[in-house]
Amino acid sequence: MGIITWAKSPWGQDIPIHIAWGLIYVCAVGGVLFLIVHAIWVRYFAGEEEFAGSGAGAAAANIPEKVARHSFAARAFHWVMAAAMLTLLVTAFLPKVGYQFAWVTYHWMAGIVLTVSIVYHIIHATFFMDFWSIWPDKQDLVDARNRLKRSLGDKSAPLPRRFAKYPMENKMYHAVIVLTGLGVTLTGFFMLFRVRSIFPRNPYLFGDMTWGLMYVLHGLCGVGLIALIMVHIYFALRPEKFVITKSMVFGSLPRDYYLRHHDPERWVVAPKGESAHGD
Amino acid sequence: MAVIRDIMPAFDLLQPSSVTEARQLLQQHGAEAWVLAGGLDSFDWLKDRIKRPKYVVDLSGIGELRGIRETSDGGLEIGAMTTLTEVATHPVIRERFGVLAQGAELAASPQIRNQGTIGGNVSQDARCHYYRAGWPCYRAGGNICYADTPTGRNREHAILGADRCVAVNPSDSAPALIALDAKFVVQTAGGEKVVDAEDYFIGPDIDITRLNILRPGDLLTAIRIPAAWAGSQFYFEKVRDRNVWDFALLNVAAAIKLNGGNIEQMRIAVNGAAARPLRLKAVEQLAAGKPRNAATGEMAGKLAVEGAVPLQFNAYKIPLMRNLVKRAVGGVEVASWAS
Repeated sequence: MGIITWAKSPWGQDIPIHIAWGLIYVCAVGGVLFLIVHAIWVRYFAGEEEFAGSGAGAAAANIPEKVARHSFAARAFHWVMAAAMLTLLVTAFLPKVGYQFAWVTYHWMAGIVLTVSIVYHIIHATFFMDFWSIWPDKQDLVDARNRLKRSLGDKSAPLPRRFAKYPMENKMYHAVIVLTGLGVTLTGFFMLFRVRSIFPRNPYLFGDMTWGLMYVLHGLCGVGLIALIMVHIYFALRPEKFVITKSMVFGSLPRDYYLRHHDPERWVVAPKGESAHGD
Repeated sequence: MAVIRDIMPAFDLLQPSSVTEARQLLQQHGAEAWVLAGGLDSFDWLKDRIKRPKYVVDLSGIGELRGIRETSDGGLEIGAMTTLTEVATHPVIRERFGVLAQGAELAASPQIRNQGTIGGNVSQDARCHYYRAGWPCYRAGGNICYADTPTGRNREHAILGADRCVAVNPSDSAPALIALDAKFVVQTAGGEKVVDAEDYFIGPDIDITRLNILRPGDLLTAIRIPAAWAGSQFYFEKVRDRNVWDFALLNVAAAIKLNGGNIEQMRIAVNGAAARPLRLKAVEQLAAGKPRNAATGEMAGKLAVEGAVPLQFNAYKIPLMRNLVKRAVGGVEVASWAS
């Protein structure tokens, strides 16, 4: 099975038209396998989380009981994006696996909601949040290497530092979601001109080959998101991560959790008595 | 692309002699099998090498799929392999369900009606020339509608219900069967399924690659017509480019029960306007209780085309549909044409 379905254009040119729909199952099975392997790893093989140093030290006294992690604006964006993303996945792939319904209108409407929310997030993150806090830095890479060495049995590797605001896994996941999200959103935006939507139809906006590649990229990002969203929901529901999930609802982390996992030098929070809104 | 039109390609010809055997073969071969009824839709696809089935299941040897039988409730059951000529000339159909006889009689030419079947007529594929030329359009699994482009030739295409694809359903018997509240009997992997005529057809919003609910392995075996509309007032009109032999640009079928001069109950459907024959429920509700006259027809015609979106070359279909519905509801004697 190839990953692309090809066709002959009216001019005899071989053009891609979309991904092979079998990739839906490949990604779904891949996602399930990841969950199983990870769950087994955590249950039977992973040790206790280890960090260098003993914690916040003197600074701990000033840490409030609830550490603000996500502002209301950031949480609202997350849940709007989640609703749009789930709607997009359901409307895109259920018809392909046999549950047929009129999906196109819901799909492009959810796509517009997603696009607007992403534009909002980019502006919000760039001008009103600590933009670099979600991107891996040099310390993350050093710590990740040490963590990997130690998990493979090399106990001579230095203990990793506590995390900044976002653990390395969060940052990596965010980076992958940025790539797939932008891929699916940009291609989807142009597809709005291909169907009857609020935009004027113009099927001649691009040539057949460009359109074909756009549909393929849209499909690849789309099926990739099946696995990514499965993984995201899995981590959100894991007991040891559930406190992070709750912070996406209520906005804050408990003080103990913060002190155990985060480095106050890398994630500076407002001391007790000062207002803290989170990003 | 379509280049070879003279000879049939090679395939395994399977000739079951019973519905049970046909079902088994269709379910065994699934999407690789092609159902052959009268062959009038099939042969183009096969000779043009656009559809390339590995197996062709020829239903012509199945006697139980042929014939018209009266049912205990006063209705009829028509085998899916019954020819259009048999339907059009059957005395009971002509006397009690005349709208179906008219629809069948106006399909194609005498030779085609002698060979074409009622099951094939309702299940035939879209006649969009881009699709049938083998171009990779939405309906063929691609990502464009060549007819719905600024320069596309779309004179025969949809004004309602378009969703990416703008092809229309070409059947003449379908609207008559909807008007008669017929039921379609379909054999599926899960057993026998009986669906209302209007639910047998699906638009591109639900599945862009099919015009009806039949999936690989399914088989339409019969069409049942209940007695409920027997002897009603019927109306059928088909407009086509060549009156001797052509697909409908639009057609309309109506069954009307009158009480005095008033419309007590009505069922009306049009075809050629969308990818599925459209039952005009709003028109039926509007006309109920009103006199069957030009004024009611006028209102019905206007309501029927609400929401219609013309393409580059088919705006004429809007007044055409409005007038056909007007004539069907108001009666041809009182309804005049208006542009």
